[in-house]
Amino acid sequence: MTQTETYQTPDGRTIGGAVMEMKNITLRFGGVVAIKDISFDIREGEIRAIIGPNGAGKSSMLNVINGFYHPQEGDVLFHGKKRGPMKPHQIAKQGIARTFQNIALFKGMSTLDNIMTGRLTHMKSGLASQMMWWGKAQREEVENREVVEKIIDFLEIQTIRKTPVGRLPYGLQKRVELGRALAAEPKLLLLDEPMAGMNVEEKEDMSRFILDVNDEFGTTIALIEHDMGVVMDIADRVVVMDYGKKIGDGTPSEVRQDQAVIDAYLGVAHD
Amino acid sequence: MLYREAGDFKTSYAKDQQTFPILFDRWGYFIMLALAFIVGPMIINDYWLNAVVLPFLIYSIAALGLNILTGYCGQVSLGTGGFMAVGAYASYKLMTSFPDLNIAFVIILSGGVTALVGILFGLPSLRIKGFYLAVATLAAQFFLVWLFNKVPWFYNYSASGQISAPERTIFGYAISGANALPHISYLFCLTFVVILAWGARNLTRGANGRKWMAIRDMDIAAEIIGVNPLKTKLTAFAISSFYIGIAGALLFAVYLGAAEVGEAFGITKSFLVLFMIIIGGLGSIFGSFAGAAFMILMPVLLKNIFVGQMGWPTDLAAHMEFVIVGGLIMVFLILEPHGLAALWRTAKEKLRLWPFPH
Repeated sequence: MTQTETYQTPDGRTIGGAVMEMKNITLRFGGVVAIKDISFDIREGEIRAIIGPNGAGKSSMLNVINGFYHPQEGDVLFHGKKRGPMKPHQIAKQGIARTFQNIALFKGMSTLDNIMTGRLTHMKSGLASQMMWWGKAQREEVENREVVEKIIDFLEIQTIRKTPVGRLPYGLQKRVELGRALAAEPKLLLLDEPMAGMNVEEKEDMSRFILDVNDEFGTTIALIEHDMGVVMDIADRVVVMDYGKKIGDGTPSEVRQDQAVIDAYLGVAHD
Repeated sequence: MLYREAGDFKTSYAKDQQTFPILFDRWGYFIMLALAFIVGPMIINDYWLNAVVLPFLIYSIAALGLNILTGYCGQVSLGTGGFMAVGAYASYKLMTSFPDLNIAFVIILSGGVTALVGILFGLPSLRIKGFYLAVATLAAQFFLVWLFNKVPWFYNYSASGQISAPERTIFGYAISGANALPHISYLFCLTFVVILAWGARNLTRGANGRKWMAIRDMDIAAEIIGVNPLKTKLTAFAISSFYIGIAGALLFAVYLGAAEVGEAFGITKSFLVLFMIIIGGLGSIFGSFAGAAFMILMPVLLKNIFVGQMGWPTDLAAHMEFVIVGGLIMVFLILEPHGLAALWRTAKEKLRLWPFPH
């Protein structure tokens, strides 16, 4: 598929051209090859899942996308432009936000403040203005608070607005973390196992939020997930990784029937 | 019954974001300010001003500064004494080189000089964290004290190696030197405290404070949501050193009058201010004041009890004072590791429901 081509999903959404293209990415840690020559793209408006057994290199892949790791070989293209070596905070400003496998919230701050940190890339008032809480700084606080309150409503976490996040149960912390990533109004949202350690009900809630984010804000989403049922239900296209290599790429139904994928997940009989 | 927020509705985000969202707190704050500025100078006598109130005000500023760096941004610093020395020596050099410069400007400029030095010594924080950073700042402490001892230019080649503040006036009243009036010094320091505390509160509740706390709580996540760690840490070092520099300049020019660097700004000062923020509460403006009050008041109180009431010899009282203050610090850290500010918060939570806790 070329970059400008679009395609229709079974539920009738139109998916645009590539937002993010990974070309022949190879990532090594010393002698260990974490990712080996992987290429795939993430297209505008789609939900792209990355699956694979433990240690397949999925999280490393997300870390490459948001600039935490720098691949030794290959190119990362964002909106068709090749991305040079950038620091993670510069990449955040380009509109890539993420959540973490192990919750990485700011434990000493309230839910509200945590989500407000997601707005930091949109706040530009100077130090003097902030010190006096005057003019631009005050205006920005109120404007961004409005955006954050919309996200709080959307995620249905109004009652825990002022609770320190350290006191919240696991499922809610995951939701707050999603809120923090959403607050940045990202063009590309990376979710690292958003449903890990959740019960069925919480998984259903989280899936609904992910679908709603994609539907209402049109956010492009790339997610890593182990629950195959969830992936098959919500993802538009799936990349399958195993031992740092790509072994499958396509719609959920295509991937499900792929022999290499079945072998990786179920094991192969060597006879 | 008095402390209620029922019926205290907020109709805009701006109102919800103010420093004292509860009406009762707001009034309490303004009444405190009025008392401090108007009633304070009338009722406090010279002994109390010199022994308790002035050091409390000055150390509050230092505690605010260190709390910004350690409590809010999570960068442990043992260099407070050294940075206070920078403020003191900067004010001395400015006062002697520019005799016509107003003392208020001298103090602020000294803070600025200290901020620059703070940025310089903050650079290692980009690579090292925690205990290792503490050791690096300890090096700053010893280096700065050594520098002010060894380079005579800093103390204008005086024979004793001491610096002493020349007389300066503000609105015609002497504020430093031999004829300084304690009440004017009190108002002068109080003005600095109020403005700086207000600024610290605004900085820490806004975007910048969130950056600091994000770096403190989880620096990797902070970087990934778009916080520039270099800029954020250096801002914290700069602002913190600005406050500490002002505290050092005030301590020298307004309170001590004369100082010798090793004695006035040694490592014990660094620990004193660090204890203040740990006992008061890390990451709390109120905690900075509470900690400063505790560490200044306790020794004075104990001395009054032992020497004044019980008639002990002064040397014994002085030793017991160390024992008791040290013991109290330990008991405190075990019972309430989050400091006086956490106690205050709990008390407020309880008061909100009192007398009907259900």
